Amino acid sequence: MSAMLLAQQILNGLLDGVYYLLIALGLSLIFSLGGIVNLAHGAFYAIGAYLTLVLSPYLGFGGAFVAAPIAVALLGMAIERTLFRRFYRSDPILSLLMTFGLAMVAEQALRMIFGAPPLSFSIPPWLRGQVAIGSFIYSFYRVVLLGIAATCVAGLWLLLQKTSFGRVVRAGVQNPDMVGALGISLQPYMSAVAALGIGLAGLAGVLLAPIYSIHPAMGQEIITPAFVVVVIGGLGSFWGVVAAALLVGLVKGLMVGIGYSAASTAAIYLLMLLVLLFRPRGLFGERITRFE
Amino acid sequence: MSDNNHFTRRGLLKTAAGAALVSGVSAPAILRAQTADVIRIGHLTPRTGFLGPLGEYAVMAIDLAVEEINASGGMMGRKVEVLKEDSVNPQTASSKAERMIERDKVACIIGEISSASCLTIAQVASRNKTLFINTGANSDALRGKDCQRYMFHVESQNSMYVKTVGRSFLRDGLVKGKKWYSLTADYAFGHDLLKVSKRFMETNGGNFVGDDLVPTDATDFSAYLLKIREAKPDLVVINLSGNQITNFLKQYAEFGLTFPVGGFGFDTALAWAAGKGNFVGTWPVVWHHLLETPGSKAFVAAFTKKYSKPPENQAWGEYVAAKIVAQTVNEIKSAESPKIIEQFEKGAKYDVLKTRPGYFRASDHQLMHEMYAVTALPADKVKNQWDIFTSSPPVPGPDEDLEVIAATKEENSCTFPS
Repeated sequence: MSAMLLAQQILNGLLDGVYYLLIALGLSLIFSLGGIVNLAHGAFYAIGAYLTLVLSPYLGFGGAFVAAPIAVALLGMAIERTLFRRFYRSDPILSLLMTFGLAMVAEQALRMIFGAPPLSFSIPPWLRGQVAIGSFIYSFYRVVLLGIAATCVAGLWLLLQKTSFGRVVRAGVQNPDMVGALGISLQPYMSAVAALGIGLAGLAGVLLAPIYSIHPAMGQEIITPAFVVVVIGGLGSFWGVVAAALLVGLVKGLMVGIGYSAASTAAIYLLMLLVLLFRPRGLFGERITRFE
Repeated sequence: MSDNNHFTRRGLLKTAAGAALVSGVSAPAILRAQTADVIRIGHLTPRTGFLGPLGEYAVMAIDLAVEEINASGGMMGRKVEVLKEDSVNPQTASSKAERMIERDKVACIIGEISSASCLTIAQVASRNKTLFINTGANSDALRGKDCQRYMFHVESQNSMYVKTVGRSFLRDGLVKGKKWYSLTADYAFGHDLLKVSKRFMETNGGNFVGDDLVPTDATDFSAYLLKIREAKPDLVVINLSGNQITNFLKQYAEFGLTFPVGGFGFDTALAWAAGKGNFVGTWPVVWHHLLETPGSKAFVAAFTKKYSKPPENQAWGEYVAAKIVAQTVNEIKSAESPKIIEQFEKGAKYDVLKTRPGYFRASDHQLMHEMYAVTALPADKVKNQWDIFTSSPPVPGPDEDLEVIAATKEENSCTFPS
């Protein structure tokens, strides 16, 4: 393999990781603050994709790009108010069962409304084409996708680091009881975080709808690698998740690049195993007292 | 985070009792009629997972077929009832087949798409001397080393797919001395297909410049597409299956690659999902909704009327399998599996909605019938979301033996376990 192709594969792998990031960040946030392992996160991604399909004929892809994630975020908020809220203080296994059930209900609902066969959706004409960066020719749509994802990550980081909202959320992750003792109710913050995290999953659904097959079980396809990313990255660590997403994308891409494509999925699980063996808290995982 | 959310044991018990009640009410198995004058057919196919979308067409078609059979007098004047289950995976498929045969006393089992589940059902069926008609599993091994006396195949074997579309590739000069790049689904079906396609290339003087196995849960093909662009093949060969094909086609178009594309395994629903402009290349099918024969036109009309969309090739499999069983039972006046099998092995002819009737080859129980190669229409020629390809004439042609596209004894031989 030429050095050029290797460089291309490395770059492409990193880009591939960015898609997991949108799912994994929300997953990590909801778990860090509420202690809920949201197995239904993939379902919200699927709902985002289906909404894009439904809304695009009326609003265009641009309109769907704005409307669909907001709709998914509102749905997430409603589910936080009615379901998640009941499980914050209970055994994690209960919330796990609840979100597992929720994922199945959502998938079956999509199947009943839209049918089991996959539905077609294409990149809008104004986003098609290739860009050449030197001799590296790449899909224009994916460059746009990267830009949007990077903006979201930066925005989320600023929100968490530079605003009073972010400070309360971070304090809530570390020590919810202390936050309560200071007279701050975490309840509205939890709703906002759920809306944010689930909205990001919806956004990933919108962005990937034009290039991935749209079918009711599409959420299952993305949820497992997203979990791997969260585990590798480490709980409560923003940059840990970012680094892990890029690493997972890179490993997967390189395995294909060097001719071991059959092992490309297995490799990311092996990576997870190694990280768990040597750094059980994940790459940059922080010590969170209540999870110890 | 609030006090009203704490979890109590009583709360859990209430929830569990509620859940048990709901699931009890929805269990269909208990409510089945036990009348003796009904003939039951078991239907097993994947309805979830990566083959689920195709299974859905299978279910729609078996319902339609049974409806039509009952409307025209059932089997030997008895009403036909179909029991349908999600086969899920090889283990579940086998235990469900067992239950259908032993508890529900089905006359036969029809269905399946996954080659792995097909094998486990066939083993159960053979052990219980009950007919099983495979409508969607392609692997040659099922007609070769894993063949079973009680298993028949309406679905074509991989060799038939390869030889059918291979003719189009040979005609277009894409084989002799040419470089192919193949992507293969990393499971039983893909491996079997890769073996057959390599044999085809060796026989016809072409070679592989690249050959990647793709995990079945892969959704992103960008890394493969970069390799393909670098390798500059004369033909990109797709031995993928299920949603993989749709994902590949969408991303191939996204990356603007223009090497000719062809596949050795295919389902129309996946091309519909890729959509116009994304769907490219030449692919083999057992049947498609644009066939002009009277049988196909009637089937397409009836299906479209009932479900508001045209049937795809998997629907054809279920439909003709059920019709073949009904016709045989009515002709021989018996629903006993050994007698039906005897009739099949005699080479009885059946209308399979094509220009020529089909028959089961006694040596491996494969249905001998015509196949087609479909070629994607350019985006500006596509008029609606369904009619996105043109079709070759039937393969083999009118003057040829139907068996010329099937695997020869040397390529794939079957000895039925006694």
